[in-house]
Amino acid sequence: MIEFKNVDLVFGKNPERALPLLDQGYDRDRLQSETGLVLGVSQANLKVNKGEICVLMGLSGSGKSSLLRCVNGLNPVTRGEVLIEHKGEVLNFFDADHQTQRDIRMKRISMVFQKFALMPWLTVAENIGFALDVQGLSKEEIARRVDAQLELVGLTEWRNHKPSALSGGMQQRVGLARALATESDILLMDEPFSALDPLIRQQLQEELLQLQSRLQKTIVFVSHDLDEALKLGNTIAIMKDGCIVQQGNPQDIVLNPATQYVEDFVAHTNPLHVLLCGDIADPLTVLPAKDDHYCIDTKQDCWFNADTGDAQCQNQTIKVQRWQEGDSMNDLIEAPTLVSASASFHEALEIRHRTGFVVLVECNDRSLKVIGDDQLYRGLLGKLG
Amino acid sequence: MEAYKLPLGRTMERFVDWLVDSGAWFFDSLAIALEWLIDGATDNLLLLPPWLFIAITGVMAQWLRRNTGLTVFTVLSFLLIWNLGYWEATIETLVMVVCATSLCVLIGVPIGIAAAHRPLLYTLLRPVLDLMQTVPTFVYLIPTLTLFGLGVVPGLIATIVFSIAAPIRLTYLGIFQVPKELVEAGKSFGCSNRQLLWRIELPAAASSIAAGITQCIMLSLSMVVISALVGANGLGRPVVRALNTVDIASGFEAGLAIVLLAIVLDRLLKQKHEVS
Repeated sequence: MIEFKNVDLVFGKNPERALPLLDQGYDRDRLQSETGLVLGVSQANLKVNKGEICVLMGLSGSGKSSLLRCVNGLNPVTRGEVLIEHKGEVLNFFDADHQTQRDIRMKRISMVFQKFALMPWLTVAENIGFALDVQGLSKEEIARRVDAQLELVGLTEWRNHKPSALSGGMQQRVGLARALATESDILLMDEPFSALDPLIRQQLQEELLQLQSRLQKTIVFVSHDLDEALKLGNTIAIMKDGCIVQQGNPQDIVLNPATQYVEDFVAHTNPLHVLLCGDIADPLTVLPAKDDHYCIDTKQDCWFNADTGDAQCQNQTIKVQRWQEGDSMNDLIEAPTLVSASASFHEALEIRHRTGFVVLVECNDRSLKVIGDDQLYRGLLGKLG
Repeated sequence: MEAYKLPLGRTMERFVDWLVDSGAWFFDSLAIALEWLIDGATDNLLLLPPWLFIAITGVMAQWLRRNTGLTVFTVLSFLLIWNLGYWEATIETLVMVVCATSLCVLIGVPIGIAAAHRPLLYTLLRPVLDLMQTVPTFVYLIPTLTLFGLGVVPGLIATIVFSIAAPIRLTYLGIFQVPKELVEAGKSFGCSNRQLLWRIELPAAASSIAAGITQCIMLSLSMVVISALVGANGLGRPVVRALNTVDIASGFEAGLAIVLLAIVLDRLLKQKHEVS
């Protein structure tokens, strides 16, 4: 668990003198023009739970990397606390003594950098073992852990090459392996995939998600790309000018952007991979109804009976089929389909395309909702609610 | 205007006199130690027969560079020097250059590292370094002479003053230019300051520091003739003698020996991707 409490971060000489001015309501520009100090982060409050990926998202200069660097003290906070759990107690990194801080950096938190930050004079294996060597572990232990990491990121045959012989994607895999080798439970990732080609970026995103499902690290991930944030994040905090303007889960961000700034970001994302069926479905009551029968297809004259769970199409009875995440789409027949609220928008669209019928959604409270063409179009256009 | 002359020269002279009076024990023991070091090294190297020395140099050159042409050139150069009769003088010069360079590195690299970590120190250091390289050597040769007496030591000190700026500047540059991410990576994995220096900054600055050392060797070599003026042995001495007697033949030969030594040292020690 990591918790930021009222974190202010000011860069410059004697940054403390900015604090009273900030309390008077100075903003970033005014502070800079009057004192020359740069406001990195202002009043950040954020909690990252164990095993979660939290993405800090924003344009460059929004303070996301600055906030990330507070977690392991690369940036010392000017005011506020960064709490982490260490040896069974919650402590503020900046209150800890020097030895504890080093201990936390060595064993609890590791970091992955945007420009990889690999040592060009060390081989891939030596780079991965760098942090372990710093800790003074035995040669055998280092070799064992390095071999395991090389295996994990699939670079075993490159172990004796220098990083310069590797492509960008491979170099960042080395960076990731180096961070994982310390077996820390907190991972800080500072735009780790931004310097990579789009295809490699997507591939590494997938790999990270796979790793995360096995390793369950607590990850703070910085990104300037909302698509990446939506794909990876359990929670997303959107930052602007040093402030967190909105935090929430991906669906929250897309469905209820808090400000125009967030809305502008959301306007350029693809909702297919973010929204869930529960987000886009409407209650059955939006359909034309005739005593508990709802018209799910006007052209084919199909009516869904909410009591029996069957549909009547031109006097034929069609059974509603059930589809669950993980099932093959090939087994679907031409009939209305019932899915859970956590199925993705993308899956709903494909089911609609394959079956030719509406998709019915079973919500968590057992109530039924419907996704017809109208709901699909509105979801695609970002005009929900 | 000249009626009242500012007593700059007199003040400096008094300062040097004071140094001689109060620090005699220090400068004398330093002179004895350095002389013992240089003479000892020279005598021991001269115990080796020239052919053995040349053979060892050839093998080392081949092992270091794996360049047969360079090895052949090295061996031929030394054979020519031997043939011309400057063997002893060359060894003396070589020892002098190696001693001067080692002392420059021992003093200069730590100063360069300290300057890279403390901007204020470098601001203060820069004019001093400029001064050491621009003040004509003869000017500080005079006080050095009075402090250390005639012989090899004042030459060595003058050489160090002249050439120490190179390792200081290039060490400073190398450490200063270590990419910020590498230092951040080191810190984020829990490196102590000492580990940061040894595991990140020095390896990252290695090629720049090596360039500083090569430059230091070349600068030291360029001081051999001036050292000879104050009584140092070596290849400078025949040059000075040739100058006094207008002896073109031996002047040319001794000059050639210096140039050959310089080329061999430069080619053998230069980094493949030199940072300059």
